[in-house]
Amino acid sequence: MNRLAPPRHSWDVVVVGGGNAALCASICAAEEGARVLVLEGAPKPYRGGNSRHTRNFRCKHEGPLSVLTGTYGEDEYFQDLMLVTKGKTDEDLARFTIRASQECLPWMEAHGVRFQPSLSGTLSLSRTNAFFLGGGKALVNAYYNTAEDLGVTVRYEAQVSHIAVEADRFEHVEVSFSGGPVERISARAVVLASGGFQADREWLVSAWGPAARNFLIRGTPYNRGVVLRDMLDQGCESVGDPTQCHAVAIDGRAPQYDGGIVTRLDCVPFSVVVNRDAERFYDEGEDVWPKRYAIWGRLVAGQPDQVAYAIIDSTSLDLFMPSVFRPVVGQTIEELGEKLGLDPAKLAKTIGGFNAACMPGAFTPTELDGLSTEGIDPPKTNWAQPVTEPPFYGYQLRPGVTFTYLGLKVDKTARVQTPSGVLSNVWAAGEIMAGSILGQGYLAGFGMTIGTVFGRIAGHEAARHALNDQEIADVA
Amino acid sequence: MLLELSQDDSGSTAEARRQIEICNACRYCEGYCSVFPAMTRQKMFSDGDITHLANLCHNCRGCYYACQYTEPHEFALNLPAALAEVRQGSWERLVWPAPFSRLFHTHGVAIAGMLVAGISALFALIAALPEGAGDGFYAHLSHNAMVAVFTPAFLLPLIAVAIGLYQYWRDVGAGPITLRDIRNALASAATLRNLDGGQGQGCNFEREDRYTDLRRWFHQAVLYGFLACFAATAVATLMHYFLDWQAPYGLFTPPKLLGVPGGIALVIGTSGLVWLKMRADPKLGASRVWGGEMAFVLLLGLVAASGLALYAATGTFAVPSLLALHLGSVLALFLLLPYTKMVHGFFRIAALLAEETKRKG
Repeated sequence: MNRLAPPRHSWDVVVVGGGNAALCASICAAEEGARVLVLEGAPKPYRGGNSRHTRNFRCKHEGPLSVLTGTYGEDEYFQDLMLVTKGKTDEDLARFTIRASQECLPWMEAHGVRFQPSLSGTLSLSRTNAFFLGGGKALVNAYYNTAEDLGVTVRYEAQVSHIAVEADRFEHVEVSFSGGPVERISARAVVLASGGFQADREWLVSAWGPAARNFLIRGTPYNRGVVLRDMLDQGCESVGDPTQCHAVAIDGRAPQYDGGIVTRLDCVPFSVVVNRDAERFYDEGEDVWPKRYAIWGRLVAGQPDQVAYAIIDSTSLDLFMPSVFRPVVGQTIEELGEKLGLDPAKLAKTIGGFNAACMPGAFTPTELDGLSTEGIDPPKTNWAQPVTEPPFYGYQLRPGVTFTYLGLKVDKTARVQTPSGVLSNVWAAGEIMAGSILGQGYLAGFGMTIGTVFGRIAGHEAARHALNDQEIADVA
Repeated sequence: MLLELSQDDSGSTAEARRQIEICNACRYCEGYCSVFPAMTRQKMFSDGDITHLANLCHNCRGCYYACQYTEPHEFALNLPAALAEVRQGSWERLVWPAPFSRLFHTHGVAIAGMLVAGISALFALIAALPEGAGDGFYAHLSHNAMVAVFTPAFLLPLIAVAIGLYQYWRDVGAGPITLRDIRNALASAATLRNLDGGQGQGCNFEREDRYTDLRRWFHQAVLYGFLACFAATAVATLMHYFLDWQAPYGLFTPPKLLGVPGGIALVIGTSGLVWLKMRADPKLGASRVWGGEMAFVLLLGLVAASGLALYAATGTFAVPSLLALHLGSVLALFLLLPYTKMVHGFFRIAALLAEETKRKG
């Protein structure tokens, strides 16, 4: 062994991406003793990918754990997952993830993450989801600080364009810093944690059709799927439906990107929702909002111009969380229609028809009250109250994309697969491989669980591989 | 002019309201301090509500570093700064006379000017009065002369603050106070609970997104140091009038046992706060009053340091000069009490108390 010889690799592990999964991998790799480089595509203020917008971590636990109350066992967790994915999950990998979530929480706390009791208005999650004090950006900050203390090097505005793989081995990444020339950085191992492709508008359009031009992207504009596509082009195996994304109905006035949590609108169950032509198109009261908000993205996406309008009267304004944008107000339905850009007479006719179809009965906003319309199609099967008390309020709704499902297929060691077997030194974690477990739908806080579980595994595995590789090279 | 000023006020209140409505739709920061739980009581915020939230905010900055909507995001949230502007504006608006407030809060130079004036006045007074028969520093300035100067210099500013607090209480719409409210509010102030990050990890004042507890420690050194010095003076006054036990006092007497540690704590605390303030990002506070705040902390430090020096110099030729320096700085501190950062203590307690009354309703 010659210590004076220049190292063939300046880095043991290169981590592509800078969100939760990337940071968990970096920290674990650094704790194994590896020299770690993080390539984050975003500038520092926007670091952390979609993790910046998250707020909790879904965690299995037997008995109270940290801020979590009661017990949330593996079977219940798995059933919850089956319900939202309608069976589109790899049971083995899903149960593995669920089991691993329990030991993640103390690990997160030991690495700077702080939890707080369930936020107001989210008490239903106090048993299943541990909320981050300050939200996802505070978690991201804590991990960056921990990584820095462990000697991890972080480069921002690092756009990785290519992962060079020869035979089954990763050789180097091609990266441009702050728009500069493309550089090659070699390492003994690479962890891919660069998210999905939901911010690549053209990709969305090719998957969804032209309607996707009107979608809002709720998270980071930096998840353009460059690395995902590069790996797929190189023959890596994929999982998840390439044409699908998770979309919810959000306030239509939200920014194109990065609107995050505050753009959500919880008013649909208490509204009459019409499309551009001032016509109703779906049962607004089908079920409680937490069980329905995810389908409304798709519903609105299916309407002309991908837009809808939720109309309420003054009696309903206090029944849901405030939105970041104030509602449009009208003293009459016609005035409101005018201000929303809808045909006033037609809107008045739709609302009038709806009001006439409402039946007497007790209105109970907190549960399925069975207060249904009669004689209109589609019906509103719960919370059907006439919209009669001025002033009237309107919110514009548009589909907001949270994430995409297409990803890289991995095994339990987070190693990336090809049809001819695994790549020897390439790992993937986070949204880029979440489709392996989450084939459809979404379970609150599960994205962070997948990222943490597989980020940690990828970090450990990549570091061990790299250090082993180093030893072999030294002996030789 | 008046119109312009009131527009300016509505400007900072309107900006804070814009930001608070975004925060209220997010609520991720609920665990940091009392401001966020207080926010969730409403959807619409009157000017009084904004004033209340602003005075409840201790500027720990946790919410800023945790925020996904800070610049360059188009929502451009900077809640610590927005609330600091409103808070500052509320003191300047509510404490009479307002022009004094604006002058001294904003200009450190004005505070320095007042200090020079105070010290000069004391030098002049000592020079003008004949050498008395009293012991120690009373030989240079009699007890009666001190009382004649400092009683009005202490009480008049307190009256100005009291009027401001009365206005404040009406503006924010606080409810009736119970003993329990007082106990809770004082406990919050005594531990600076709202500056502990919600879990005792401290605030994000001088190390950006890393938590530290230094500001809380230094601030409490100042608070308790000041209270100890104040108690020393109060005890000495009682001893003077009721026990006929007059200064100078030895080290093992109540005034000195309170005053010396209090003075040392004040010097340490103010030095620490100055150091932290140099390191902290001014853009996360009311940056226009940075100079005034800094001058105030230095003035407080000078009061303590000159007091300790005066005691150390007992019996030497330096006593008359140090006496003028110390009493002059005390005079400036008292006179400026309603118009400097000093006033935040009164409004803070009022806000904590108001919050206790609102929390129940």
